Amino acid sequence: MKRFNKVMTALVFLFLYIPMIVLLVASFNSGTDVAAFKSFTFSQYGELFRDDSLLRLLRNSILIAVLSSFLATVLGTMAAVGIHHMRARLRRLVLTATDIPMTNPDIVTGVSLALLFAFVGRLLHTNSILGFWTLLIAHVTFDLPYVILSVMPKLGQMDPDLEEAALDLGCTPMQALRKVVLPEIMPGVVSGALMAFTMSLDDFVISYFVTGSGFVTLPVEIYNYTKKPIQPKIYALFSLMFAAILLIMVVMNLLQLRDSGARRGRPQHDGRGAETN
Amino acid sequence: MKKRILSLAAALLLLLAVLPVPARAADNGTITVYNWGQYIADGTDGSLDVLAEFTKRTGIKVNYLTFDSNESMYTKLKTGGSTYDIIIPSDYMIGKLISEDMLEKIDFANVPNYKNVDDAFRNTAYDPDNAYSVPYTWGTTGLIYNTKYVDPVTSWKALWDKRYSGKILMFDNCRDAFGIAELIQGYSLNTEDPDEYRSVAYLLMQQKPLVQSYVMDQIFDKMERGEAWLAPYYAGDYLTMAEENPDLAFCLPDEGYNLFIDAMCIPKGCTNKAGAEAFINFMCDPEISGKNLDYLGYSTPISSAKQYMDPDMASSPVAYPDAATLARGLSYSNLSTQASQQMDSLWLSVKTSGSDTTRYLITSGIVIAVIVLLAVLLRVRSSRRKARRCRKWRETE
Amino acid sequence: MRNRLLSAPYLVWVVLFTVVPLGVVFYFAFTDSITGRFTLANMAGMATYLPIIMRSIWLSLISAMICLVIGYPVAYCIAQASPTRQKFYLMLVMLPMCMSFLLRTLAWVSLLEDTGIINNFLRALGLTPLPLIRTNGAVVLGMVYNYIPYMILPLSTVIMKIDPRLIEAAQDLGCNNAMVFRRVVLPLSVPGIVSGVTMVFVPAVSTFYISQKLGSTGTTLIGDVIESQFKAAYNPNLGAAMSLVLMVLIFLCVGAMNRFSGTDGEEVMAP
Repeated sequence: MKRFNKVMTALVFLFLYIPMIVLLVASFNSGTDVAAFKSFTFSQYGELFRDDSLLRLLRNSILIAVLSSFLATVLGTMAAVGIHHMRARLRRLVLTATDIPMTNPDIVTGVSLALLFAFVGRLLHTNSILGFWTLLIAHVTFDLPYVILSVMPKLGQMDPDLEEAALDLGCTPMQALRKVVLPEIMPGVVSGALMAFTMSLDDFVISYFVTGSGFVTLPVEIYNYTKKPIQPKIYALFSLMFAAILLIMVVMNLLQLRDSGARRGRPQHDGRGAETN
Repeated sequence: MKKRILSLAAALLLLLAVLPVPARAADNGTITVYNWGQYIADGTDGSLDVLAEFTKRTGIKVNYLTFDSNESMYTKLKTGGSTYDIIIPSDYMIGKLISEDMLEKIDFANVPNYKNVDDAFRNTAYDPDNAYSVPYTWGTTGLIYNTKYVDPVTSWKALWDKRYSGKILMFDNCRDAFGIAELIQGYSLNTEDPDEYRSVAYLLMQQKPLVQSYVMDQIFDKMERGEAWLAPYYAGDYLTMAEENPDLAFCLPDEGYNLFIDAMCIPKGCTNKAGAEAFINFMCDPEISGKNLDYLGYSTPISSAKQYMDPDMASSPVAYPDAATLARGLSYSNLSTQASQQMDSLWLSVKTSGSDTTRYLITSGIVIAVIVLLAVLLRVRSSRRKARRCRKWRETE
Repeated sequence: MRNRLLSAPYLVWVVLFTVVPLGVVFYFAFTDSITGRFTLANMAGMATYLPIIMRSIWLSLISAMICLVIGYPVAYCIAQASPTRQKFYLMLVMLPMCMSFLLRTLAWVSLLEDTGIINNFLRALGLTPLPLIRTNGAVVLGMVYNYIPYMILPLSTVIMKIDPRLIEAAQDLGCNNAMVFRRVVLPLSVPGIVSGVTMVFVPAVSTFYISQKLGSTGTTLIGDVIESQFKAAYNPNLGAAMSLVLMVLIFLCVGAMNRFSGTDGEEVMAP
């Protein structure tokens, strides 16, 4: 049974990675046909770096992802703290509303936001409402649930007496929040922020419906590329992104390993808001 | 852990500082051009990089975006995000935009090169006052086929030939698709008769099982590689494809064909009208038009541009058919809103029609019945088990 | 008290950008596209799209089931691995999720085409090429490929959380491996199964890109129709009606699944 599981796991990983390897190989292909490897070359990477429109799109995507995940993290963390202190009935209502962007398929979220902006555009008698700000609003909207649902469990796990103890010892509520609650929930905040960033960076469907002509993100442009004769520099872009994300993940994994290893080796800190996890 | 987070945050903020915030209003130095895909020479294969040349001569930068059909361009304009300075639609779409007052009048004082445009392309049916558009290219729509697999073709009916089932491509926009079916049935390209529309839609639905894919720009890869063998498309693109795959041939069928003009317009809501007019002026320069269209394969509305072209291209019968052939060409004109809507909804029903309705209804009915049965069975079993447990407990009491 | 006010800006945001847009969708769905008056015509038009809706649900259900069957052993294997290995495997599973799914699906196009990699390989071996692409199977393959990480992750999280003492107890009481699985692990992993199936079903039923690239003219899905209403033809009212139908459909399916499993949709996000 165990062998079956292991074999299945290996097969599934192979299944997951073979298409990506195809793209990696295609990025070194001098011909445009992925199925026929002409000769090995780095020229596609050269083409990629010479193309400043693609680089500009990459910058756009990163900008939107950073801004929206930052806003979503701030707003979402505040919201999670507030929701945590709500009465049960109100909390359930708000959490249901929070779940909506997650349970709705991307296309419905995108369509509903596009219609909202179209409606507002009609009211304001403007024809060019879609742009950077609508895109930012859309991204923050679908990032928020990830942050909130990442922070809430940590708030639930936190010992409620800690905050009371801080208040008893003379902290104002703001100080208690900053010095006691925040460090406790920080892992949730960070993982929520990272999830929001990843979701924003790679979002295609929602951006496709709310993007205007002035500010286009990379995934939307890649979709436009797929409707035309394919240009191999896209494969070069893919390979670079693959390498970058792989690197980030490996580094994060190593850091986590080092952290947990070190913590196992020395006694736990306790008390004044120090290294907890 | 905290330090690491702080440093990560600091790094991100630094990144933000380095990246310039997007400019919201266009300064004197940028225009946004919205054109068909694969419709401008960009420096590949030794051609002229038209946009770079424009920036070099005028200092205006170009933000270049593409669409794949007149209808999707129109939708994009209608749904907002319309900060385009130049759009390049086809004749009938320009007529529609003019009738809906969506275009700016061009100030021809800023377009002195307009004098180079041939008389045949002035005061057209779609822009009778010549106030809103300047021709960019013209061309014909014909049948492209791969001679290695397909017998010589003379009629649009070849696209319904069962021998090539699964290797046929078809236009992915309603006007061109309906147009071909209308020609086969002998209707006018601009009919608005609902009965004729229905018969055309019926013909297209009969074609659907034979069609590999409804395409626009995806056609290049498919025809060049031999993934598909038969497709209707534009003459200029045929010339481009034939360079990659010499087995391809082009024909203008007996029933008639569409003769079109694509022209540059300035939509309302543009941010840099002066820059847009400079662009139009630049495109009417015979040298630019010649070198651009030499690469594209489409036909130039500026005869003096031919001297800048490859002589084979300038005399190509595909790009510049003789007068007798041109006389057979038919143009699209704008349809009434009601007719357009009808055509749209019929086209949607063509694209979404399927022959396996009953199969899906039956299988899904069965699956739902099975699931309901399972749920009921499980519920019954668990309640029986509970009852048994309760009885056992009561017995032991 | 102060703490509760912290959520005020978020509440405003939710109302403005989650609740109100749904209302706008309602408004557009029941309005006529030209006149702007109330009409049921858009919703009545849904009847003609019933086969498409059925096809979308059917293909997505199949994909979700395949993901479950294939993903369960993987999730089990990950849950039983040592913590360092676990993190490595989870990283391997999450990596494709972060890469552009547009390009990964395109890779499948190159693999499956009649003149693609697999068929070239078959032709080189002297075998007849297979019609792999533009079939329902290709669409299901695309869905399974894109969404299997969404099945593996929640499943492995839930299986990891199963108290090992329960398994020990069952073994002490005389269960063999098969019985341990059937009576202890499987029932306890049901929340993960429900979560995984939901997370595969919802995006699969609403996709348009996968069916555009890997499907044929006969495999239009509901996402295709919605997309064409907003991008090709301009009929936002019809598009809104379809989105409404899709939303209600998913709400019903997910609600039914939750009722079936007996949970209330517990959150099974990353630990």
